[in-house]
Amino acid sequence: MNAPTLQPRTPATAMLVVLGGIAMLSGLLVVLAAQLTAPLIAENQREAIERALVKVIPGSVTYRRYKVEEGRLLPAGEADDDILYAGYDDRGRLLGIAARAAAQGYADMIYLLYGYDPGCECIRGIQVLKLAETPGLGDKITKDPDFLKNFEALDARLDAAGTALLNPIVTVKHGSKRNPWEIDAISGATISSRAVGKALNRSAQKLLPAIRPLLLQIHRLEEKG
Amino acid sequence: MSRRRDDRLTWETFSEGLWRENPVFVMLLGMCPVLAVTNSAVNALAMGLATTFVLVASGLLVSLLARYIPRQVRIATYIVIIATFVTLIDYSIQAISLDLYNALGAFIQLIVVNCIILGRAEAYASRNRPLKAVVNAAGMGAGFTFALLCLGGVRELLGAGSLFGFDLFGPNFQPWVVMVLPPGGFLVLGGWLLLFDWMKQRGRETEPLPRGETVHGR
Repeated sequence: MNAPTLQPRTPATAMLVVLGGIAMLSGLLVVLAAQLTAPLIAENQREAIERALVKVIPGSVTYRRYKVEEGRLLPAGEADDDILYAGYDDRGRLLGIAARAAAQGYADMIYLLYGYDPGCECIRGIQVLKLAETPGLGDKITKDPDFLKNFEALDARLDAAGTALLNPIVTVKHGSKRNPWEIDAISGATISSRAVGKALNRSAQKLLPAIRPLLLQIHRLEEKG
Repeated sequence: MSRRRDDRLTWETFSEGLWRENPVFVMLLGMCPVLAVTNSAVNALAMGLATTFVLVASGLLVSLLARYIPRQVRIATYIVIIATFVTLIDYSIQAISLDLYNALGAFIQLIVVNCIILGRAEAYASRNRPLKAVVNAAGMGAGFTFALLCLGGVRELLGAGSLFGFDLFGPNFQPWVVMVLPPGGFLVLGGWLLLFDWMKQRGRETEPLPRGETVHGR
C-alpha cells in the first residue's frame, strides 16, 4: 500500500459512478425535453414562415412548397431545405413565388424571405426571418418604412436570353436611388442594407431564370382529392 | 447550537439575494448577460426568469446530491447539472416564442457559465438542505431578475421610447439610440450602481447595523 496521505482518497469508482449517473440523468432529461418541445417548435417555425408569406405575397391565402431539381419542379417534402413557396389567392390563381435568401450582415448572417411577382417581374416584399444586427441601427432593415418602400416593386426582369437579371439588384447610397432595380440604403445601416441587396441579387439571379420556364406548371392551384 | 440556528429558514434566506447580496448590484456577478440582453424590458425579464429557473433547479439537485458527490469531481458534476437545466430552458423558450429566442440569441446557452449559478451551487446549495437551497436560489434569481429589469426598463424607455413594447411617448420622441447599444448598458449600469451605493451609504448613517451584518468596502 502507498504511504498514508493527509486526506482519505476517494476511490475512482465512486467518481465514475457519480459522474456517469449524473450524465445519464442529464441525457434523459435533455432527450425528454427535446421530444416534448419538438412539435411545438416546428409549429412555431411554420407559423413564422406563414406570417412572412402573407406579407411578401400580398393577397395570398394558400401555399404550396416546391423545389427545383435539374430543371424540373417537384413538390418539396418537410425535410427539404432549399425550397420555394408558391402563393395563391382564394380562387387558386398564382400570385407570386417566395424564396429564402441570405447574406452576411454586420453581425451575423441575415436570413430573409422575398416575394417575386411574375406579373410585374418584380420583388413585392421582403421579410427578415433571422438577424443579429445592432438594435437601433442595422435592425432598421426590418421596419424602416422608407427602406421597405424599396421592395414594393423592385425591378427583377430577366434579360432577353432569360439566363440572368437584366439589371442586377444593387444597394446604392442613401438618397441616390434612380432606377427601379436599386435599393436605397438606410443611412447609418449601410452594411445591413447592402447585405439585403446582395442576398436578393444572389438568390434572384439563380432562382428566377430557373423558375421562369416552369411557371406555367404552377400558375393554377390544382384541386387535389 | 450555532449549527441549529444556521439551519433555520428565515426571510433573510430569500431576501439576501434580493437586496443585501444582490448578485448584480452588490456582488457584480454575471455581468455578461446583464449588459448584453437588457436592451428591452421583455428580454431582461425573460433572461431573468430563465436564470432563476436554472438557479432553483440546479440548487435543488446539487443540494440533494451533495452528500454523494466526491470532492474531486464536484465542479464537473455541478456544471453538467447546470448545463442540463439550461438545455431544458433553451428548448422551452424555442417552444414558447421564436422571436424571444432570436432576441436572446446565444445568451440562453451562456447561462451555463454564469458565475452566479456555479457560485451558488458551490457556496450555498452544496452546504444547505434542499428547502433552504431552493429558497435562497429563488431569492438570488429574483434579485437578478429585478436588476435586469432595472436596466432593461431604463434602456428601453430612453433608447426606444417604449416599455414592454408599449409606445409611451408617441411618434415625436427621438430615441436615444446609444441606450440600446452596448455603451448604454455600461452607462445605465453605472447609474444604478451609483444610486444603490448612495442608498446603502445613507441607510448606514441613519440606522444602527443589524445584528450579524458584515460591512464590506467601508
